[in-house]
Amino acid sequence: MKAPSPEPPVEAAPDVPAETEVSSSDGAADGTSVRGRSLGRIAWERLKSDRLALTGGIVVLLLVVVALLAPVLTGIVGQDPETHHEDLINPLFGTPTGSLGGISGDHLLGVEPVNGRDIFARILYGARISLLVGFLSAVVAVVLGTVLGILAGFFGGWVDTVISRVMDGLLAFPQLLFIIALVSVMPNDMLGLTGSSVRVFVMILVIGFFGWPYIGRVVRGQALSLRTREYVEAARSLGAGRRHILFKELLPNLVAPIIVYTTMMIPTNILTEAALSFLGVGVKPPTASWGQMLSRAIDYYDSDPMYMVVPGTAIFVTVLAFNLLGDGVRDALDPKGSR
Amino acid sequence: MLAYLIRRLFAAAVMLVVIVVVVFCIFFLVPRWAGVDIASSFVGKQADPAAVAAVREKLGLGDPIHVQVWEFFRGVFAGRTYAAGGEVTHCAAPCFGYSFRSEQAVWPVLTDRLPVTLGLALGAAVLWVVVGVAAGVLSALKRGSLWDRGAMVVALAGVSLPIYFTGLLSLAVFAFGLDWLDAQYVPLEQSFTGWLGGMILPWVTLAFLYAAMYARITRATMLEVLGEDYIRTARAKGLREHTVVGKHAMRSTMTPLLTMLGMDLGALIGGAILTESTFNLPGLGRAVLDATRNQDLPVVLGVTLITSLAVLLANLAVDVLYAVIDPRVRLA
Repeated sequence: MKAPSPEPPVEAAPDVPAETEVSSSDGAADGTSVRGRSLGRIAWERLKSDRLALTGGIVVLLLVVVALLAPVLTGIVGQDPETHHEDLINPLFGTPTGSLGGISGDHLLGVEPVNGRDIFARILYGARISLLVGFLSAVVAVVLGTVLGILAGFFGGWVDTVISRVMDGLLAFPQLLFIIALVSVMPNDMLGLTGSSVRVFVMILVIGFFGWPYIGRVVRGQALSLRTREYVEAARSLGAGRRHILFKELLPNLVAPIIVYTTMMIPTNILTEAALSFLGVGVKPPTASWGQMLSRAIDYYDSDPMYMVVPGTAIFVTVLAFNLLGDGVRDALDPKGSR
Repeated sequence: MLAYLIRRLFAAAVMLVVIVVVVFCIFFLVPRWAGVDIASSFVGKQADPAAVAAVREKLGLGDPIHVQVWEFFRGVFAGRTYAAGGEVTHCAAPCFGYSFRSEQAVWPVLTDRLPVTLGLALGAAVLWVVVGVAAGVLSALKRGSLWDRGAMVVALAGVSLPIYFTGLLSLAVFAFGLDWLDAQYVPLEQSFTGWLGGMILPWVTLAFLYAAMYARITRATMLEVLGEDYIRTARAKGLREHTVVGKHAMRSTMTPLLTMLGMDLGALIGGAILTESTFNLPGLGRAVLDATRNQDLPVVLGVTLITSLAVLLANLAVDVLYAVIDPRVRLA
């Protein structure tokens, strides 16, 4: 016998088809009409009462807005991420003059060592890379994982065997190693893209590719158990085709676990992007990225500690916000939850 | 049991072959598909075709990919003889070839660096399992208490902090600010205390992330298990609380943790790359990072093979341990 597979931390399995959940607690007893609430609505109401998750969600929204408006916001303070301000640098040590890494009215978060680029502007532009790679690689992973997971769970047989083996294999791979290897052999320009946009594109694909088995495994497990449920049997006996069963019966019931895993995958992907940039295989300078700032900060951890604190905090706050939101979404969509 | 082990070892061997083939593909097919010639990247930007051809022959890059893969495996088990440009070099088994860049044999590099990474990984693993599981169990038992909340806040912060940031922070605070430790790697053979001093920060940094994850999972699993009927039964028949928790509940809690541990020990090479870069440790992670940057295929292959072997063995050990912990699991 095979050892039991690890229990995934979340098991969001809406056992009932969406939109049939009836709240029996309110209304029914005192004779008023029974009000049906959709799963989405229940989840939203639960999420609204979860202060931590709500805080995380607001921070995420703020980050998205800040990233989108990066050129406007840096324009307001009159800075941009690539202008050098060598006059603010102590020529002897290469560190910013002035206290706390050169924080001033002009440079809200100080300037970088050696070249004196404005850190505030670089953080805002770095947010764009982090969020872009984090979101889009999650999309790649979700699409691949959902499609292949459903196929494996629904069709079974050799389809399932092949897809499951591939997933096991990918999960057993030393991932970061392969991502580094893949990103580093990619050419500097391809498909009409050049410079950092190639790296961003490659990172999205590669991180997404290594992420799909996590979602695929969950979707497969769910599809496997859902396909023998009565309502699927009922649909089948009514003459529903494969397409109908896949898209109208199975998919709606897989939405909850997919949403949960997506929200939990985004912060992981953001961390991977930062790690790649930190290791020097991510976006190329002068494009700003948080991980890359931290890797430069290694040389200045003693002489200019502010330089590492700012991008480190940016990564921390972003990932924390997504994690809080993810935990909240998981609790809200968990049918076993009792709130 | 024996049949099971043989089958698992066979599957592991297949997996290793697949991994090696994939690494070859990454380094040969991806550049070819993208229109980049590997050999020319070793010569320089304006290399004449003759020099490129010489490099290609010397590194064996001209052979078809299946020949290269075959030669690689034969080298590992039987040694390999290189004859290029009139010079004949024999490389005894286990031969992982020669670095494309430094032209050193890869095997001694691996054996040199493995102890550093192994020391980092094992030290951190012990730390995170002990701290993570203990914190998780305590949190579950005192659910809702100040300790529980505090521990979970720290754990949430832990999973949200990148290793290299905590690493740099700890360097700035403990090595530079307070001057408690010397952030310098000292080989174990030279001085035990020096080695210990140099490894404490890397251990704590690496373990912090995982301890946070384990604490969260342990707490969640423990809470779930404590709600099971058999725990109520155990309490009902008058067992002492610490027997109920320590023996009955822990057994079920350990199963998912063990699976995680097997997978995490394998995935640890990723954490090792980041930790070794942050603390400047001369381990496998550094070696493979430098090698991928230089497209030094033999070194990447060697490290990948060694670490993948470690992953597979760790997972095998976990599956065997399962049968010990969980009597429902029969290995056959």
